[in-house]
Amino acid sequence: MAFFMQNVINALQWGSFYALIALGYSMVYSILMLFNFTHGDIFMTGAYIGLGVATALLALVAALGWSLPGWLLLVATIIISMFITSLLGVLVERVGYRPLRSAPRASAAITGLMIGIILEYGNLALLGTQRLSFPELIQTTTYSVGSVYFTNKKIFIVVVALLLMVGLHQFIQKSRWGMAMRAMSYDFPIVPLMGVSLNLIAPLTFAIGSALAAAGGILYGMAYPVLDPFMGILLGWKSFVAAILGGRGSILGAALAGFLLGFIEIFTTMVFPSTFRDLIAYSIILLILTFRPYGFFGQAHSTQLRL
Amino acid sequence: MGGSDLNQPMLKPVLIKRLRDFFAPVPALAWLAGILCAVLIEYQWGDALAVALYLPKVPPLFGATLVLKQPLLFPWAMLFVCLVYGVPIVLIGRLTAGPANRAAAALGRMPVWVSVLLHLLLLYIALHIWTETSDYRLQVAKLIMIAVMLTLSLNVINGYMGEFSCSHPGFMALGAYMASVFSLLLFKADRVFGAPVLPEAWGPYFFPLALAAGGMAAALGALVVAIPSFRTRGDYLAIISLAFMFIVKSAIENIDAIGGPRGLGGQPHWSTLPAVFAGMSLCIWIINNFVRSTLGKALNAVRDNETAAEAMTVNTRRTKMVAFLFGAFWAGVAGGFYAHEVRHVTPGGFGIQNLAEVLAMVYFGGLNSVVGSIVGAVSISFLSEILKPLLLYKWIVIPLILILVMIFRPTGLIAFRDFDPRRIVGPRR
Repeated sequence: MAFFMQNVINALQWGSFYALIALGYSMVYSILMLFNFTHGDIFMTGAYIGLGVATALLALVAALGWSLPGWLLLVATIIISMFITSLLGVLVERVGYRPLRSAPRASAAITGLMIGIILEYGNLALLGTQRLSFPELIQTTTYSVGSVYFTNKKIFIVVVALLLMVGLHQFIQKSRWGMAMRAMSYDFPIVPLMGVSLNLIAPLTFAIGSALAAAGGILYGMAYPVLDPFMGILLGWKSFVAAILGGRGSILGAALAGFLLGFIEIFTTMVFPSTFRDLIAYSIILLILTFRPYGFFGQAHSTQLRL
Repeated sequence: MGGSDLNQPMLKPVLIKRLRDFFAPVPALAWLAGILCAVLIEYQWGDALAVALYLPKVPPLFGATLVLKQPLLFPWAMLFVCLVYGVPIVLIGRLTAGPANRAAAALGRMPVWVSVLLHLLLLYIALHIWTETSDYRLQVAKLIMIAVMLTLSLNVINGYMGEFSCSHPGFMALGAYMASVFSLLLFKADRVFGAPVLPEAWGPYFFPLALAAGGMAAALGALVVAIPSFRTRGDYLAIISLAFMFIVKSAIENIDAIGGPRGLGGQPHWSTLPAVFAGMSLCIWIINNFVRSTLGKALNAVRDNETAAEAMTVNTRRTKMVAFLFGAFWAGVAGGFYAHEVRHVTPGGFGIQNLAEVLAMVYFGGLNSVVGSIVGAVSISFLSEILKPLLLYKWIVIPLILILVMIFRPTGLIAFRDFDPRRIVGPRR
């Protein structure tokens, strides 16, 4: 039982990353009907921006001679990096997606993929091949309940991820911007006629998605401190799978599916050797999609696509 | 479809129009004669000319790699390329245009395959002489031809049928491994599979069988993607195909008999230039006939409007099934060629990276177009080969080019174009 609970905690942490990234995919999808294939690499860039911000903050604090608590620095890092990364998201929308809004969907997917490759290799060219390590902002403390062990970092990660999700949900449901976004996802062509500019809503969507990805990246950096320019690829594609699995354009579905994917992956490694993780996880997804072809919360849209 | 309004002729400068008029009467036969002359000149006097022009050796890929390494050699490399390729091809091509047109017209009275085979033979001879001078060239040429097969087979699914299939590396892996196992089992003394069953000298004759086995394995795997495609389309199918790709990769990693994550090596080197060339020609021919057949038109109908297609008596299930199995078969064959060329395949080689490359080739070249696929595969593989001296920056330059192409021609360079061999081999004017 303790072993099981231990894995539940691990799965919650692992699922938080998937869920945070999947939210970005899902939001862009619900507004533009496009998938932002740069998203995994925005996650990676967000982690690197977080690293830069954290290092800069630490240096600043040391230079000023203050002694601030670590968690304050961490929260500041997350907020500043989310802001910077959201600018990157706006840039990606402007360069890669706006010129292609009326083009076939697949073309936009290709530009997204290519911008992702540019981000990966641009990072490699800028920072070189040495692996950078995320600075330790808060000390790890291990707690135990019975024989289940968890660290303060794990709690922090899960709590921040959940807070962000609740915040996003409130934003979408309660604010006027959120209302505009919901309207846009409900009826794409009509809403611009009502005075809500798509050129405002689309960058906003990208910005929010990228900010969430950046938060995910920093949390990931806390759990696995060694960063790698290619770390976004696999995580990004898997979160993409989660976003689809949740039902396209469904925010709640994306978050739930992200956690589900985390659970599937952690629990398969509990029972089987870890090399079987992808095999079993994807077989389960294949089965789910065979019997529920529109995901958990997706509606059977018209099958007609804008190619 | 957004393709038709993009293909309208733009205002062309006068010089380009003059040049076009000048070269308009040159048939394919004359161009081939020019190319043949050029490669013969290079074969005969290339080394001497390279020395005379201060070049270290004959530039293997038209001097591009060399220029990127040593920019000062740019004028000499350009001069070399002009003297060896430019001048002979243009001169001989233009001068022999008259007789070549008459010959093409004479060939036109015979069945079309005679003419096509003759052209292919000339092209093969030129390619053979061109690749004779360096092994690097030979390998690049072979890999480009394999990429052409792969791109074409993906275009059947993504371009002609309009699905966004991400499973191609999976199909390729299945084909590569199946063909490798076939040839290792039967013809090679191998650590895993033991002594050969048949004498090794028979091997090359059985190579087509190995490739077919690889193709069949890939087609069998494609059933996993094809059956869900009856009920779902678009993004969900993209995920199913993506999941399939991960499953194949992961499954191969977990089978120790074929090497697991370390990969499978030691395949006999059967992917010779004639074999790959024949495979590619066959692939282009069959796929072109397929997409121009009634079944191929049914693919377009399913893409444009499935319900309407169903109403017009198109059997959509059969169409989707055939397209997936057909595309996967050729991807498997390409995988077989690939395995017998690089002679060491690892499951890691058939992943997201590979997927991004082949998708880039399809969408760069153009959807729904055989010529487009050929152009896309050749140009992207060639670019990634010649830009190698840029190291990391290569992966910034190529994506930038692709983004620009996507922004200005969203369906690719040569999209929605019919490929008619009769027009290509026929006389001009």
